[in-house]
Amino acid sequence: MISLAGRDIMHAWGKFVFTGVGLGLLIGVTLSMAGIYRGMVDDGKALLDNSGADIWVVQKETLGPYAEPSSIYDDSWRGIRSMPGVARTANITYLTMQVRHGDRDVRTMVTGITAGGPGTPGWPPYLVAGRHITRGHYEAVADIAGGFKLGDRLRIRRNGYTVVGLTRRMVSSGGDPMIFIPLKDAQEAQFLKDNDAIRQQRRRTAANPAFNRPQVPGLVDSVIASQSTNPYVNAVLVQIEEGHDADGVAESIRRWKRLTVYTRSQMEDILLGKLIATSAKQIAMFLVILSIVSAAIVAFIIYTLTLGKIREIAVLKLIGTRNRTIAAMIMQQAIALGMIGFVVGKITATLLMAPIFPKYVLLEPLDSVRGFVAVVVICILSSIIAIRAALKVDPAEAIGG
Amino acid sequence: MAGKGIRIEGLKKRYGSGDTAVDALKNVDMQVPPGEVVGLIGPSGSGKTTLLKCLGAVIEPTAGRMTLGDEVIYDDEWKVGDLRALRRDKIGFIFQAPYLIPFLDVTDNVALLPMLAGKSNAESRQRATELLQALDVEHRAKAMPSQISGGEQQRVAIARGLVNRPPVILADEPTAPLDSERALAVIRILNQMARQHETAIIVVTHDEKIIPTFKRIYHIRDGVTYEEAGEGRGFE
Ligand SMILES: Nc1ncnc2c1ncn2[C@@H]1O[C@H](COP(=O)(O)OP(=O)(O)O)[C@@H](O)[C@H]1O
Ligand SMILES: [Mg+2]
Repeated sequence: MISLAGRDIMHAWGKFVFTGVGLGLLIGVTLSMAGIYRGMVDDGKALLDNSGADIWVVQKETLGPYAEPSSIYDDSWRGIRSMPGVARTANITYLTMQVRHGDRDVRTMVTGITAGGPGTPGWPPYLVAGRHITRGHYEAVADIAGGFKLGDRLRIRRNGYTVVGLTRRMVSSGGDPMIFIPLKDAQEAQFLKDNDAIRQQRRRTAANPAFNRPQVPGLVDSVIASQSTNPYVNAVLVQIEEGHDADGVAESIRRWKRLTVYTRSQMEDILLGKLIATSAKQIAMFLVILSIVSAAIVAFIIYTLTLGKIREIAVLKLIGTRNRTIAAMIMQQAIALGMIGFVVGKITATLLMAPIFPKYVLLEPLDSVRGFVAVVVICILSSIIAIRAALKVDPAEAIGG
Repeated sequence: MAGKGIRIEGLKKRYGSGDTAVDALKNVDMQVPPGEVVGLIGPSGSGKTTLLKCLGAVIEPTAGRMTLGDEVIYDDEWKVGDLRALRRDKIGFIFQAPYLIPFLDVTDNVALLPMLAGKSNAESRQRATELLQALDVEHRAKAMPSQISGGEQQRVAIARGLVNRPPVILADEPTAPLDSERALAVIRILNQMARQHETAIIVVTHDEKIIPTFKRIYHIRDGVTYEEAGEGRGFE
């Protein structure tokens, strides 16, 4: 037996390839959508992994530091460090902002890391080029996703920084590249006011008789000094000692320090469940809509192709072709269309769409398999309308009047 | 089929019902012995196509009796369960218009029938090629239907009707688009088929060129048949 579906496709291959490519672009968009979602989840997990923390200590009753603002005193770490089970602590600040790079602005997450070395919580775990920060000020390690190169000069607020090291896949949960700078600089950047504001504040402080007391020399100067430093950080990252349970340590910090504490899995829940939940729902809606549109297109095309073959189907029935054979012919064509579409979609998603999307697009092989199964199922379901039409065809039509 | 050919007794067919009912066949009696080609002649609208459709198990008659070989296929109701298999195995159709499958080449348009009946591709194509040769279209064997002339298409359709060597062949104006030489060639092949394979063949026609070749002719008028001896002796 010959393949009727195959012969028909070969006969009208132009039509098939053309519609297959159209469907493929749609499938490509669908796969990219799924990839964007996966990328967001992966960005979030990378952020948590790269922080090197087992526990996050944040301002009481906040979902900080990623999902909500959080500030705690920059000496809170001392008390936390002395808790049993805590191996290391480190202050950290995060500030999402525009950074000036040459004559362009790059949206980044500026991260202030404490003095220390690789392995300190918050430090980038590995570099792809250059070295870590060694000086206390004005050095930066930046992610290559921001388009930075070694030796580049960056402007963060009023200060200039030199890029001494480069990272890869160090991004915020929103996909913005990270820039690591010394904690002190970062605290200053978070707090820094413009010159006019500073001058004005000095004048107001000096004019305040409560501070400017002739009998207490130096008071006004120390008040001004305290006003121009920032004693806050966004969180304390904690590594726990081998053999201790993160939940237990978190619980004791929570109880004794009256701070809010999250473990790694709680933090993941916050990132995935709160921070990117809306985007994820949006993407899920797009996936549903795109699937429906694809199904409608396949159904319409297969139905049209079948209606164009009514007379041939009547002849096939007249000469004794089984319904099964005719249904198989239509269904195979629908599946073939879906396969062309899937291949085109996979190629466009991988080679065309993923590289040009500004956000990380993670095309997971398992998603491709799921996508393929979905395409085949959609094609089979869509062909049912056409098959019903074909089975209703009267073989008498083949004989004519 | 060591058969008795085709027998039709008191066949009636009414289209529709009530005021709009049309009695297309009122009383049809016909007998076509195996090995014979019989002509069926009648004016337009007299019920010729309806008769072929009933006999071909494509539409259901209203009453009467039809026998193919030893098998009663209709006796006021269908007596066969699988009409499609009946058509595939017992009946060859040749229509007024060729209606070839546009996505199959000439050979496979013919070879499809034995394939559907379970024959191997090689054997099916072998049979198709022989018939195409006999019908003088073998040189277009690899062409697609859209690439050949109307006359060639009709000959391919005839090959398709013959290829499964059915015991019954029903032909509706098979020679209309052919010139007289080719029309006579087609009738010669039908006669050959009839003799070689004990086939009973009904040819509906208006074609003056071929009417003289029938040994026996049925006339049909307003759904009623009348038998008449033809002047032809077939092809000896
Ligand atoms: N499907 C149908 N429904 C109703 N009437 C029909 C149908 N087919 C044919 N007829 C009528 O039946 C009569 C016989 O038609 P037909 O068998 O096609 O005649 P012929 O082939 O001899 O020209 C005509 O009056 C025709 O109008
Ligand atoms: Mg007719």
